[in-house]
Amino acid sequence: MDREELEEQVLTMLEEICDDEAVREERDIDLFEAGLLDSMAAIEVLVAIEERFGVDIAPTAVERDEMNTVNKIIHQIEIRL
Amino acid sequence: MGFYSSASFFIALVVAIVPAAALGLTGHRIKPYGIAASVVMLAFLYSSSMRALGAFLLFLAVSTVCVQFTLASWRSGRKSIALYRICLAATLAPLVIYKVSVAAGPGILGFIGISYLTFRSVQVLIEIRDGLIEDLGIVDFLYFLIFFPTITSGPIDRSRRFLADATARLERREYLDLLTRGIILLLVGAVMQLVIATILLSLNQVAPDAGLPNVSTIAMPHGLRGVARAYLYGLYLFFDFAGYSYMAMGASYCFGVRTPANFRAPFVATDIKDFWNRWHITLSTWLRDFVFMRFVRMATKRRLFKSRLTTACAGYLVNMTLMGAWHGLTASYLAYGLYHGILLAATEVYQKRSAFHKRHKKDRWYLVLSWFITLNLVLIGFALFSGQAQTIVINLMKGAIDG
Repeated sequence: MDREELEEQVLTMLEEICDDEAVREERDIDLFEAGLLDSMAAIEVLVAIEERFGVDIAPTAVERDEMNTVNKIIHQIEIRL
Repeated sequence: MGFYSSASFFIALVVAIVPAAALGLTGHRIKPYGIAASVVMLAFLYSSSMRALGAFLLFLAVSTVCVQFTLASWRSGRKSIALYRICLAATLAPLVIYKVSVAAGPGILGFIGISYLTFRSVQVLIEIRDGLIEDLGIVDFLYFLIFFPTITSGPIDRSRRFLADATARLERREYLDLLTRGIILLLVGAVMQLVIATILLSLNQVAPDAGLPNVSTIAMPHGLRGVARAYLYGLYLFFDFAGYSYMAMGASYCFGVRTPANFRAPFVATDIKDFWNRWHITLSTWLRDFVFMRFVRMATKRRLFKSRLTTACAGYLVNMTLMGAWHGLTASYLAYGLYHGILLAATEVYQKRSAFHKRHKKDRWYLVLSWFITLNLVLIGFALFSGQAQTIVINLMKGAIDG
């Protein structure tokens, strides 16, 4: 999977979980502050990452501020692929 | 010797801190001395009861063996989930046996700090399985468990964070800053627990000592007295436990360990979720990370519930009922846990569904009202916790029956 494909899949995934297309627009905004993610949705993101990419990220593996923007989420998946 | 309550403890603490400060201020690592100091302090703690000492050593042995077995399995690549589960069960066993036996009569396998040590061991095991802990020496693991400043009642630190602090070699200036803050925390905590909490407790005593001011001697309507008692009890709980927690933090700082804070102005919380981010923080975040998130993850994967909201509600109920059971298997503690589970679930539903909430959540009057409701819900929770609420209900029922 190349970077572009990964990005597209992550965006589609986040769009579904956040139920908002706004995630596509700005990739460096804090999704929690923007009200797009809350702690429940964040767990769903972890589950979805495992199901789609086969990447297992344990709940205590990364701090929230390491995974609070679209680009950071892509990065966390990328380093584990 | 009672930790953070007896004069002999404070004398021993000061004596123990002096060499730690000398090491820290000369740029040496405190860890080897910290281990020795912890062993001596724990000898004082458990010296009064051979049974407690035996239970404590048994716990350490079981935890160490389980952690090393699981670690070996993960390092070798076998990653046996069956072995992990057996080890997890064995690590939990002493606490479960103790809590069940206490509920049934005389407790067995108990010792001061068992609840808190169990949290620490379980965290290590789970994080080995998650692949987050790949290397952990026996001495380091034991230091994490027996670190005396926080052994009796937390705050519940995490092993990776604790060991990063304990093994770091601090610069003189850095340690001086930590030591200063540690001493201030010790003093602030001592005033909160030994002075303010003691006064609040005395004000609220049911059978007061003659001459001391007390709720029952101040003239006020009967109904109001109960409310006053509930408020005083809530304040007492806060000053007692937060005071202890600051002292435990302060003592940790003196040994170069930045033990995380347990309280952040809990009585200004504007909803119950906010309250649990401010009250006994290391317990609630531990449960969030190792119970709530894992339950929700499992339920989401298996599609146990139809909606995210139902999953969250089930998660809160499981999480908080377990929290109550961890305090003890009595009606009061279980009711306390269940009560908070229901409150969290109801808050979640209300905040997600109510258009009224979404429209007004940033209004000042709405925040003040939310704060007032939250504060009183919290105090009702404390009344359940202490058994006071049950007494009131029983008295009311008796009154109704007797006419």
